[in-house]
Amino acid sequence: MSVIFDRFDVFAGGFWLTLQICVLAATGALILGAVVAVLRISPVPPLRAVGTAYVTVFRNMPLTLVMFFSAFALPALGSNADFLRIPLLDLLFTRLGTDLPYFRFALIALVLYTAAFVCEALRSGVNAVSAGQAEAARSLGMTFTQNLRYVVLPQSWKASVVPLGSVIIAMIKNSALIGFFGVVGDLSQTADQLTSAEGLAFVPVAIGVSIGYLIMTVPLGALLDRIERRQAVAAR
Amino acid sequence: MSQQSVLYDVPGPRQKRITLIASVIIAIGLLAGAYYFIYVPLDDKGQLAMELWGPLIDPSNEYFSQVWDRIGTGVKNTLTAAVLAIITSLVVGTLLAVLRIQLKELNRRRFVGLATPLAYLLRGLTIALTTVTRICVEVFRGLPVVLTIFFVARGLPEFGVSMDTLWYLVIGLTVYNSVVIGEILRSGMEGLPPGQREAAAAIGLSPRQTTMIVLLPQAYRIMLPALISQLVVVLKDTSLGFIISYEETLNIGKQIIGALSNPIQVYVVIAVLFIAVNYSLSKLAQYVQRRLARGRKTAGTPAQQPPVAALVAQAEGAGGGAGGL
Repeated sequence: MSVIFDRFDVFAGGFWLTLQICVLAATGALILGAVVAVLRISPVPPLRAVGTAYVTVFRNMPLTLVMFFSAFALPALGSNADFLRIPLLDLLFTRLGTDLPYFRFALIALVLYTAAFVCEALRSGVNAVSAGQAEAARSLGMTFTQNLRYVVLPQSWKASVVPLGSVIIAMIKNSALIGFFGVVGDLSQTADQLTSAEGLAFVPVAIGVSIGYLIMTVPLGALLDRIERRQAVAAR
Repeated sequence: MSQQSVLYDVPGPRQKRITLIASVIIAIGLLAGAYYFIYVPLDDKGQLAMELWGPLIDPSNEYFSQVWDRIGTGVKNTLTAAVLAIITSLVVGTLLAVLRIQLKELNRRRFVGLATPLAYLLRGLTIALTTVTRICVEVFRGLPVVLTIFFVARGLPEFGVSMDTLWYLVIGLTVYNSVVIGEILRSGMEGLPPGQREAAAAIGLSPRQTTMIVLLPQAYRIMLPALISQLVVVLKDTSLGFIISYEETLNIGKQIIGALSNPIQVYVVIAVLFIAVNYSLSKLAQYVQRRLARGRKTAGTPAQQPPVAALVAQAEGAGGGAGGL
């Protein structure tokens, strides 16, 4: 067990990197997912088609495949994902600014993949608002935008919180994949590094890495349970 | 779906014209964007050349049969792992769900009629067991499935157990998915109207009989769509086999790329395969759900909706989980 305390800095560093990519990917996925959700409910058919195609493609593909795609297809399209080197942000999250692009590729893959599920979570929230609300808004003469902005979205938000949280938890767990994909120094790569390259005992390392992930996922899950139960009571 | 139509009025002639014009303009814009940002760069880099695509789509190519033979092996291996994993997780998950329901039942019992120390011992034992199962569920649900597979493949040999990589993958997937399926079934059983359990008790069924005869079959029925979605998740998760070098589709793809160096083309083909299978599975889940909802309505009972979390359970994709079931 002393491995955890002896190499605490390694575990902490892995945790920190995983947390960073999770925060960045969650932000990106929420924004992109909201855009796709708007596309999917918009009145213009081609936009709806684009939204639906996006969700179908990314929901049915393994994340592993998305990651390989972003690593092989982006360079072929002539991009090194340099557009993610946003000034100031790359000072805060130093990995964004480094020359090795794997962190950015992994980030793009996570965002693209998670956005499809964020879109579905948001849409399920919109569908949960009773039809009478939107009808009433329409009969008051509100336009599509006003309808969404003032009537439907404020209410759908409540129904979306729990599914959105589940999606984010899933994303945190999915982020474990980046360690097997070329990003050095995150929690899962730490497990690989410490056990195979440095030959440390397996069980303590496994426990240490597991604790790292459980710190992020379990409290969030408990919080969601609480919210869900309160909503269930309120709905009665 | 029904919501979409109420968000805006049924378009009149003018609105229809505007929508049509906007549609055409946007469609042209999208196509132009696709051409300039995807087709042109790919063409410039020679990614559309026939020597890269040929082995995959041209039957007269010398590598065609070899390549598809390998892909066939990969698909077979993927399906084997997925089917084994889903069967074992169903069995283990059902056991887990029944165990947790039974323990909850036992927690209510006071063991009247037994000697006081024995009664306290039994109650302590049930509470301890409940805690242990609870902790196991939380831990295995909170761990990334990549890591469980990695831990199984790296950890079991450490304890002197070594077997085929297929079984490492299956065990790793089972550990995670059985917990998820167990929770799906448990929430299905607990979501049933309390009258079911009470009626079973009234006609003298024991708690075990109640679970087996009354609750479990209904839970399966309600949760069928969620279970099919879980199948999609398992199928996607088998792609994680590459970290323990199990020869599933993606890994075979990597080998082909190693030989022919055409990554984008091979991945496109594999993606199409995955999307086709998983899309039909999700459609099946939707169909089953509609069927079930209809059956419920005609029977005069309110339709039982599976919990929202089941809807997004698919987010797990490559190794995650719905947290708030």
